[in-house]
Amino acid sequence: MAPIYFDNLAGTPLLPAVQEAMSGYLAQHWGNPSSQHQVGDVANAALEKAREQVAALIGAEPREIVFCSGGTESINHAIKGVAWAQAKKGRHIITSNIEHNAVLRTLRALKLQDWRVTSLDVDQHGLLDPAKVAEAITDQTVLITVMLANNEIGTLEPVAEIAQIAAARKIPMHTDAVAAVGVMPVEVKDLGVSLLSLAANQFHGPAGAGALYVKRGTPLWPLVDGGVQEHNKRAGSQNMVGIVGLGQAAELALAEMDSRVARTRALKDFVTQGLQARVPHVTINGHPELCLPHLVSVSVGYIEGESMMIMLDEEGICVATRSACAAGALQASHVLLSIGLDFAVAQGTLVLSFSHLNTKQEAQVFLDKLPPIVERLRSMSPLWKG
Amino acid sequence: MYSELVKDHFMHPRNVGEIPEPDGKGEVGNPVCGDMMTVYIKVKDDAIADVKFKTFGCGAAIAVSSMVTEMAKGKPLAEAMKISNRDVAQALGGLPKNKLHCSNLGADALHMAIQDYLDRKAGKPPKEKNAEQELAGMHLEPGHAHAHAKGEKCYCPYCDIEVPSEAPFCTNCGQEIPPEH
Repeated sequence: MAPIYFDNLAGTPLLPAVQEAMSGYLAQHWGNPSSQHQVGDVANAALEKAREQVAALIGAEPREIVFCSGGTESINHAIKGVAWAQAKKGRHIITSNIEHNAVLRTLRALKLQDWRVTSLDVDQHGLLDPAKVAEAITDQTVLITVMLANNEIGTLEPVAEIAQIAAARKIPMHTDAVAAVGVMPVEVKDLGVSLLSLAANQFHGPAGAGALYVKRGTPLWPLVDGGVQEHNKRAGSQNMVGIVGLGQAAELALAEMDSRVARTRALKDFVTQGLQARVPHVTINGHPELCLPHLVSVSVGYIEGESMMIMLDEEGICVATRSACAAGALQASHVLLSIGLDFAVAQGTLVLSFSHLNTKQEAQVFLDKLPPIVERLRSMSPLWKG
Repeated sequence: MYSELVKDHFMHPRNVGEIPEPDGKGEVGNPVCGDMMTVYIKVKDDAIADVKFKTFGCGAAIAVSSMVTEMAKGKPLAEAMKISNRDVAQALGGLPKNKLHCSNLGADALHMAIQDYLDRKAGKPPKEKNAEQELAGMHLEPGHAHAHAKGEKCYCPYCDIEVPSEAPFCTNCGQEIPPEH
């Protein structure tokens, strides 16, 4: 039996139409879109079609889309590229405490090169107060980077408000929208940001393909130097198969947005209510309303997340955990500690992320299988006195 | 991710539970990882007659708890005292590298339980160690300078590779290095 897959933030199943677009392209075309002959022209047409498809998904101009290898590169490019372009103007960057590692570690690298970083606290729902950003701005500030949707607790940050503050001070603003684009409606014009990162594998496109939205006039150096590809912003011959897949996935996500959101939101509500009804001592993390439609973060008291995850895996259910012991990180999630969770509670956190391909029946199986696992692990736990 | 043997000890852990009125009890918490383990022993003729554990932790921590209690059961105290963290990891056929620290828990808790028994026998007051207090005392500020005796080498707590003592993160595995390790 195929596993029940509730880890769509780690990657989504490739839709058949996306796979067809990619394999169709791969079977027939090999040209380099930079070549000015007929073989190159075919590739270039496919490249520009994908650029239009991605631009349409986020309401951008095609020229504002820079293709790259995925969310991480897109974020690295935005932050380092803007910092380097303005190094003479100032060396101060503002961010939040709950960013993805792609942001945190990019900033860590810049700190080693004498950039100063102000990292702001969030409230118990994970929300950043725009007033705090305004206070943190100095005449040295050259970039504000705040995520659109948190990938661990799902909270949606007030990016549009922060972008207004940034624009008033003429500071470029970047948002890591990887967890949101393709999953919920995202319009760059409504957000008012200068840069936005997205990745294909969040909306049924392939891993290894992503894009950076760069509003015209934004100061940005290349992260990868070389040729003139991507309007001089990202050198190297394009990953055409991945980009074709990204474009096709973007088109489908835009066309099916409403029905997909309705479907994942229903699953989220069903699972959230089911957890609260069936498992004692659980906490649902994140903001109750301002949140991703497809994510549930649940902390199960007195037990540890990875052991839950592995026992669920044995039952054929794939979920993610934010416990320290998972994925090689030894400290509890910085996001969960930032919203004020107790260390032991943070350790017992599972993150479920749905896609429109999931069914209510699958959610029901999860809700049936989890309680006995929780009970079993609690009976082993020295913290449980039940 | 885990070997079949580790998985077996995790899915079907041996010796789970508590011993009422134990002869010795060892409680350890690893504040960096968040794992906590309690070992209870019954002693007869200077050997471990029975042993039980309770663990809050990941798959590896539970497997290690199960294995260390299996290894200790029936052993003379002096021998059980010699079971090392490395022995437990070896008996499990190895652990993923980032999980090696979990194995530190098992032998430590066992040794503490034996020591508790020996202390009680010698009439010493029992040592109370509160894992929560220990947790509260930890400051895990990334990049914080960590104290080392002069000339002492510094190893990454995650992958065991030697790192420059001023490094805010491991040059091998990229993990932030906590102030205390």
